[in-house]
Amino acid sequence: MHELSIAIAVVEAVDELARRHDADAVDEVRLRVGELAGVEPDALDFAFEVAREGTLLSTARFTVERVAAVVRCAPCAVEFHPGTPPNLLCPQCDGGSVEVLAGRELELAGVGFPAPDHHDEEVTADVPGR
Amino acid sequence: MCQVVDVRQAVLARNDGLAETLRTELRARGTTMVNLLSSPGSGKTALLEVVLARATAEAVPAAAVTADLATENDAARLSRSGAPVKQVHTGGLCHLEAAQLRGHLEGWLPDDTRVLFIENVGNLVCPASYDLGETLRVALMSVTEGEDKPLKYPSAFGLANLVVLTKADLAEAVGFDEPAFLAAVRQVNPGVDVLRTSARTGLGVAALWERVLEVCDGGPVHRPPLAGHRDRAHSHPHTESADRHGVDAH
Ligand SMILES: [Zn+2]
Repeated sequence: MHELSIAIAVVEAVDELARRHDADAVDEVRLRVGELAGVEPDALDFAFEVAREGTLLSTARFTVERVAAVVRCAPCAVEFHPGTPPNLLCPQCDGGSVEVLAGRELELAGVGFPAPDHHDEEVTADVPGR
Repeated sequence: MCQVVDVRQAVLARNDGLAETLRTELRARGTTMVNLLSSPGSGKTALLEVVLARATAEAVPAAAVTADLATENDAARLSRSGAPVKQVHTGGLCHLEAAQLRGHLEGWLPDDTRVLFIENVGNLVCPASYDLGETLRVALMSVTEGEDKPLKYPSAFGLANLVVLTKADLAEAVGFDEPAFLAAVRQVNPGVDVLRTSARTGLGVAALWERVLEVCDGGPVHRPPLAGHRDRAHSHPHTESADRHGVDAH
């Protein structure tokens, strides 16, 4: 099952972030999943329940933001939704010189940690992606 | 109360980074990786057998890694070509990952390997999400599988650099609707080349092998629109980051 390996990758990535932030628990995990990412959010939900057992994420709230797909035809400059199953051909010229602008996302959008005991140490650091 | 850290990180960033490292390492030693994706029973092993035999006949050093959940059957078949073949068991995992593959190549892959074929686990869903460090990703499908398969597995076909139809000698017998198949491929991956092959009659094998050699020589690789976006958003592919040591050669 594909979503399980994705869920495991999420748990590993969040675990690493938690260590970098000296957090010993995770409250919230936010994901962004594009329509064209080939990932089924319901299956991912289920897989996450399995993957997070016994980890810092065991009680975390898990939310998935679905990102709609947008494709742009280079010659026509038309933007369109490719639909399901995706049709990447331009509805105006039937051409295939297109660019996918959105919908391929499979990314960690945000992670919530319990606030540290010392309120003076407020952390709002942006963790660079990659 | 909780603090939320904003992150913009690809979930598979770790795999993608390792894949890019491996691609760079292989390129540095003149090896091109070809990742073959298909369902079980598509005839991928049979076709690879013929292609490897051709490589041996032409004295082009080729090697193959064949991944399965279990058994050594495919490796035994492929080894008859004379090319070095390694069987990898994924331990129940439905796909190969870059780190795992790199570990298997270390100390095994002969130094002079020109083409490294990866026969991925028979599955059109999971392997599509994992970059292994290949230069050419080939999605294969047999005529017996139904012409709408590219629509059912848009990621596998939509991210491929080349689509190969197998068992073409059976097309007529099974009433394969080739125009519908080509339209389905074009819908998810406009502009991708489609090769018709048959391991049994040898149809298209020369064309496939030629295409692989072209890519080895630095020839153009089709960039599907689905892949383009991902490269841009989390981009490291195609940047040289030779900060790691090479895959062990001997
Ligand atoms: Zn157009």
